[in-house]
Amino acid sequence: MGQTITEKIFAAHHRDNPSGDNVVLDIDVVMCHEITTPIAINDLLERGMDRVFDPTKIKAVIDHVTPSKDSKTATQAKILRDWAKRQGIKDFFDIGANGVCHALFPEKGFIRPGNTVIMGDSHTCTHGAFGAFAAGVGTTDLEVGILKGVCSFRTPQTIKVTINGSLPAGVYAKDVILHIIKELTVKGATDKIMEFVGPVVESMTMESRMTLCNMAIEAGATCGVCLPDRVTAQYLWPFIKDQYGDLDKAVTDFTKWHSDPDAVFAREISFDITNLTPQVTYGYKPDEVKDITAMAGTRIDQVYIGSCTNGRLEDLREAARILAGRTIAPGVRGILSPATPKIYNEALAEGLIGQFMAAGFCVTNPTCGACLGMSNGVLATGEVCASTTNRNFNGRMGKGGMVHLMSPLSAAAAAVTGVITDPRTYL
Amino acid sequence: MKKFGGACLFLDRNDINTDEIIPAKYLTENSKLALKPFMLEDLSLPGFDPSSPATRAAKVIVTRQNFGCGSSREHAVWVFEVNDINVVIGESFARIFRQNMFNCGMLAIELPAADIEALFASRPAEIMVDLVKGQVIASGATKKIYPFTLNSFDRDLVTAGGWLVYADQKY
Ligand code: SF4
Repeated sequence: MGQTITEKIFAAHHRDNPSGDNVVLDIDVVMCHEITTPIAINDLLERGMDRVFDPTKIKAVIDHVTPSKDSKTATQAKILRDWAKRQGIKDFFDIGANGVCHALFPEKGFIRPGNTVIMGDSHTCTHGAFGAFAAGVGTTDLEVGILKGVCSFRTPQTIKVTINGSLPAGVYAKDVILHIIKELTVKGATDKIMEFVGPVVESMTMESRMTLCNMAIEAGATCGVCLPDRVTAQYLWPFIKDQYGDLDKAVTDFTKWHSDPDAVFAREISFDITNLTPQVTYGYKPDEVKDITAMAGTRIDQVYIGSCTNGRLEDLREAARILAGRTIAPGVRGILSPATPKIYNEALAEGLIGQFMAAGFCVTNPTCGACLGMSNGVLATGEVCASTTNRNFNGRMGKGGMVHLMSPLSAAAAAVTGVITDPRTYL
Repeated sequence: MKKFGGACLFLDRNDINTDEIIPAKYLTENSKLALKPFMLEDLSLPGFDPSSPATRAAKVIVTRQNFGCGSSREHAVWVFEVNDINVVIGESFARIFRQNMFNCGMLAIELPAADIEALFASRPAEIMVDLVKGQVIASGATKKIYPFTLNSFDRDLVTAGGWLVYADQKY
């Protein structure tokens, strides 16, 4: 019987079967940030177990609130910083070098096809874009990961999501994944892996694939995954060229992580997105999604472009297509948060940052900030935000605030008009 | 073994997410106990009062589908733990929340839709859990027993007192 990519990764990392339904895996990359890791560190200290299984396999970043906004966040940052130093964790990213974890770690080449990855962060599923098994976990799982390099999962089951057709103008990976979540619902993929395949995925950049996988958790999935191919190899080339020498060799090698033709899936669904329109959420759940035309005219107070979903260079480029030569509508606040220093630098060099600023946007340093309502653009009660982030939960960006999730292009259109707007009218 | 059960809190909604259980602004706390006052602070449920005596006295939560969806924050489990709630009974759970509960030696019990419906209809004041027999026991005038099954690994985690202790002994 054939195997899915995830079954192959599980087989290659198998450590134990504590029961018929559960597997314990060896973990290749344990990623840490300053919100969920400090309690694990403190607990290990209290237990007299302040150790790490392998400092080279641990990556850490201060990203959620940075620079620290108050004593409490400064303490969290300090706990992580001191620990990274104490444990000899070389891949630690602090002010000046830090950015949103799920954008920063991929651009450092830390995630490779076939890897197992955990982090105390639900959007860890993003890294499945590289043909890895990457899952968000709680602090106890993270703590055991740090200490022992293992994590437990249920035996994987996969939903094969085939995306056919081609992306129409003004429609992006964000619109595709919002549409898929609407169909699957917020619990449609619980305990499952979403494997994204088909011509649309194959022609997507790594950035777009990350956007797709990033929101797999919003359908409840353990991980999103794309099959590693030439696009993956090109993205990783600076990090793997010594290993392979020749790009074709890498591409061929990556096929060992492809699902077999006779792999068994728990469910198979397919979408033709040729006629898809830009999508937007209307409620407090990420499956409450409508065509943007149905929401046009909805008033907004703030536009937020950033996050691990859509704070990458291609996202900034798309938004700038509309913002160039235009200004934000009166009374609307625009916030751009490039997801990493590299993205920020490239956007500066390309003149994108200048275009955002000329349009009236405030540009923040790379950080999670307003995405989870902790800093840099928290909403007041009754305020509405057009946002490129991934969660529209009640209170997510500030108590009493409302978040409409959309693509960077749609967010830019909303910034210019002050209301939710079909961005295709600007193309 | 720990005692599982006591006064019940009924949260009659699907998809209650982790931001509702403990808002992100409290994630800057570095002790579990500091979370105690903020349990379910942002829950959107008509008539629900996070600070009412009934809410504060609860030892068991009964809810519907996909409880604990959203963020990976274990704070959503700890805030129950420090409020002496160590059982959540629902029709289904989000994966990370469920795993976090068992990892902390607490119970996330799944019951069939009809049993959940019956619990909401009868609203027993108290529920006890018999882990050995695999029974949810609703007390009061409408005493009733609802059988449940646990994955054997999840049961081992509860017996061991959580994943850290289990993993430290075994790996
Ligand atoms: S950008 Fe938002 S969703 Fe992404 S890791 Fe940061 S807080 Fe989480």
